[in-house]
Amino acid sequence: MDIKLELIGTTLVVKIDGEIDHHTAAMLKSEIDRELNVHNVTNLVLDFDRVTFMDSSGIGVIAGRYKEITARGGKVMLIRVKPQVDKILEISGLKTIMECSH
Amino acid sequence: MENYMKLEIPAKSCNESLVRAVVSAFAVQLDLSIEELADIKTAVSEAVTNSIVHGYSNMKGTIKVVCRMIDGCIEIEITDYGVGIEDIDTAMQPLFTSKPECERSGMGFTVMQTFMDELKVSSKLGEGTVVTMKKRIGG
Repeated sequence: MDIKLELIGTTLVVKIDGEIDHHTAAMLKSEIDRELNVHNVTNLVLDFDRVTFMDSSGIGVIAGRYKEITARGGKVMLIRVKPQVDKILEISGLKTIMECSH
Repeated sequence: MENYMKLEIPAKSCNESLVRAVVSAFAVQLDLSIEELADIKTAVSEAVTNSIVHGYSNMKGTIKVVCRMIDGCIEIEITDYGVGIEDIDTAMQPLFTSKPECERSGMGFTVMQTFMDELKVSSKLGEGTVVTMKKRIGG
């Protein structure tokens, strides 16, 4: 998995490339959390354009970051979500609490 | 078409993608849609992850994967020889997780149930767990 992080103002944009499972979730989590700890981040944008697979381990990562960001008064946005990821987001209920676009 | 395959691997998280890839390569012998293939991959990933995280608590162990094609169905059986599940009904509840500190979503069995047509879980404490899933292709 390849992760690119870009801070635009107080919004952290995370471009994820590859598969999100239990194995890669740990890396995704620590990369995002490092930025959240160091910088004044209020909003989080997760770009799924190049995510080819995600299982419920990804749901755990998103939900955990959502808690942190909402505690800071910010928003989490999921963008360029593909059908496989969308299906798992749908059953997780995450789409009802955060912005999600295709 | 009838066919089967067996795979045995150590319970390492780097093997999660390997199992998905092998099962996908087996499944494409059936004339299945992209969505059906994605469903199978996701369900398999959940079962293997459960074995690694819960069955073996990230310690050493072996996972056995058996796939069969019978009458337009694919059946996948994932076995571990880990701690077993004390209460299967509770474990299968959506959002239930025995490891909330690890940010597990508790959605594993729900995903397997939703993405496959049949799900059977049998487990014995101290002996391990067998998850059997079936999906009708084109149905």
